[in-house]
Amino acid sequence: MTVELGHFATLLAFFVAILQAVVPLIGAERNQANWMATCVPMAVAQFLLVGFAFAMLTIAFVTSDFSVRLVVANSHSLKPMLYKVAGVWGNHEGSMLLWILILSFYGALVAMFGHNLPDRLKARVLSVQAMIAVAFLGFLIFTSNPFDRLEFPPVDGNDLNPLLQDPGLAFHPPFLYLGYVGLSMSFSFAIAALIEGRVDAAWARWVRPWTLLAWINLTIGIALGSWWAYYELGWGGWWFWDPVENASFMPWLVAAALLHSSIVVEKRDTLKSWTILLAILAFSFSLIGTFIVRSGVITSVHAFANDPERGVFILVILSVAIGGALTLFAFRAREMRSTSAFNLVSRESGLVLNNLLLVVATAVVFCGTIWPLVAEITTGRKLSIGAPFFDMTFTPFMVVIAMVLPIGAILPWKRAQLGRVMQPLWGVLALSVALGALVWTMQTGGRMLAPIGITLAAWVILGVFAELGMRIKLGKTNAAESLRRLRNLPRSDWGKAVAHAGLGLTIFGISMITALEVEDIRVAHIGDRFAVGEYEFLFHGVEKTNGPNYSVDQGHITAFKNDVKVAELFPEKRFYHVQGMPTTEAAIDQSLTRDLYIALGDQQDGGWAVRTYIKPYANWLWIGAIVMALGGMLSLTDRRYRVAATGRKTLNAVPAE
Amino acid sequence: MIRLLCVLLTLASPLWAVEPDEILTDPVLEERARDISKGLRCLVCRNENIDSSNAGIAKDLRILVRERLVLGDSNEQVIDYVVDRYGEFVLLKPTFSMKNMIPWLAGPVLLLLGLILAGKFISKPKPVQVAKLTDEEEQRLKDLLDK
Repeated sequence: MTVELGHFATLLAFFVAILQAVVPLIGAERNQANWMATCVPMAVAQFLLVGFAFAMLTIAFVTSDFSVRLVVANSHSLKPMLYKVAGVWGNHEGSMLLWILILSFYGALVAMFGHNLPDRLKARVLSVQAMIAVAFLGFLIFTSNPFDRLEFPPVDGNDLNPLLQDPGLAFHPPFLYLGYVGLSMSFSFAIAALIEGRVDAAWARWVRPWTLLAWINLTIGIALGSWWAYYELGWGGWWFWDPVENASFMPWLVAAALLHSSIVVEKRDTLKSWTILLAILAFSFSLIGTFIVRSGVITSVHAFANDPERGVFILVILSVAIGGALTLFAFRAREMRSTSAFNLVSRESGLVLNNLLLVVATAVVFCGTIWPLVAEITTGRKLSIGAPFFDMTFTPFMVVIAMVLPIGAILPWKRAQLGRVMQPLWGVLALSVALGALVWTMQTGGRMLAPIGITLAAWVILGVFAELGMRIKLGKTNAAESLRRLRNLPRSDWGKAVAHAGLGLTIFGISMITALEVEDIRVAHIGDRFAVGEYEFLFHGVEKTNGPNYSVDQGHITAFKNDVKVAELFPEKRFYHVQGMPTTEAAIDQSLTRDLYIALGDQQDGGWAVRTYIKPYANWLWIGAIVMALGGMLSLTDRRYRVAATGRKTLNAVPAE
Repeated sequence: MIRLLCVLLTLASPLWAVEPDEILTDPVLEERARDISKGLRCLVCRNENIDSSNAGIAKDLRILVRERLVLGDSNEQVIDYVVDRYGEFVLLKPTFSMKNMIPWLAGPVLLLLGLILAGKFISKPKPVQVAKLTDEEEQRLKDLLDK
């Protein structure tokens, strides 16, 4: 019964979304206040209905209701409770419902917290949001219904894929969806602005929090996915340039560019059409990503197995949304004129460069991801594009961004002199190069990756401090004055500093783990003691035990450094009975300076194959990502978003009419 | 059925990739073998290289690479040997040939284009539009100026 209620709720939500897409839009055109005002209760109702449906599906999973086809395919009575819940979104239909839930959630947020939005803008924004909801609810109802019942319920289910029975699954998709589905709000704002024919500082101020919120969640989602892959899949790889990873990375890059260009719109009233285009592109990449993951067009470890009918449906949604948006843009973009100019050397240009690098980098990733598909369709050639390609073509862009970042962040608006700007930074540059040189001399072998990585990371992080120092006039006034300035810095400045520092930390982690990783593969016998890097490992043997829904071969290894015990490690090989699938669980000893990573293989020659890794500073990769997200959160809670923007005349606005 | 098998095989996280008994005794050759392997695709897997895949064919290819290296082939010769037998599909990085130019050149070309367009936008003189003042504001302005 609950399942049918859930199904009915999605149908109701579908109809509410149709109304929401039409009524407020007409109201905005005709300037009818009560028609426009309907957008708020409708958006909230849509969210509540979808939320209810989601709850019903969750109940079906939690109670192991095996009359529901989806539960049978993805759950089992012996499965731990966490995975019964997480299993709701561990499949195509359920995750689609989660997608729509978050879409309607953002709509409800704007409806409830968008008091300062002018009525016409709010009505149009929620209308466009509803159009997207209509498309995806239609997709769910007609091709991917999670509430299908089975006529003859089996005794038990098929269990969730063991690879997905992990805490990572509980958190990675929700954050990811809060991220790239959240970009739908930026999209809706952009389309609403195009319909209205006006973009001004106020619009930029309203669109920014939603983009920030999406970007923060996307950062966390991607970091979680990377970390999950690291400890779950094989050898501690943390990024594979898999098409599905790229599908989440491309919106992230574009959203980052959007965040930066909307600053220019807000502060300097220029780059307006470009910002609108970015907002459209960001969500377009989200949609493309959704298509890639769910259509079965591209081979990936990650993709849901799907039939072509669904792929075609999404492709149609994609074409209409992106095609429609770009057409609207082509017609209306010229209405947006900027009212200020800036020099070749200025913060605006710095941000233009930032945008250029990020967007071209995205284009490179996009080309690489779809080229095999395009080549096969047009010429019949089968070829592959994998990590080696992306590493070569993408990394230079990141290096240049890191190089320009501290300079761009410190440039004044409108016009700047490079010589004056560089003054606080020369010292930082010298120190960074010195650190790099130090690392180079300390390591054996002449590989340049570690020293270059350290130099870049130090340059970015120390550049952040240099900028803060400049802002508080450190050294130019007395300590009390500097302290006062420090305390009064706007939170968005802290956000900027912290986010950029986070990027530096991530660069540090990536360079270290890539350049300095040590690997050892061998057959270990009981009592064997072997050295890897600075550590020694003692192999005690392998024991057979049982988990809740699997049986285990558990290895026991003790790690020593300078004959002092450092860690006990228990790498496992599990066998999940229901799906008949084996998995390896690596044993990881984490610390800020290194990860010890051990994986157990098969029995060979009377011993066991053991793979040992020492990964220096690995965790800084994800710490950096979390710090970036933290910076975003600081910016999000800046005073200018918390204080209502009503009552402020925006003299910059030049309506097109 | 085959697809299901392949899916199961590859969804199983890499239980084992390079096995201890495959490792060559000469460390230089082994290093070259690992490097080459990282650029070769496991043909039945979903986006994995043969170095980290546990599929049967990945193992066969790893052994093949090592055999060729021991026979004295250079890195390029080994790769050509494998491509001759398995096609372009096995390369994880497309060749630099004309037909693959789009993914390779997309970056530099778009960057150059973007720089040119950005430069033009920045150096274009912009008409500064000032919002018209209301009568009240006109009056205030007059009062302030006449003070």
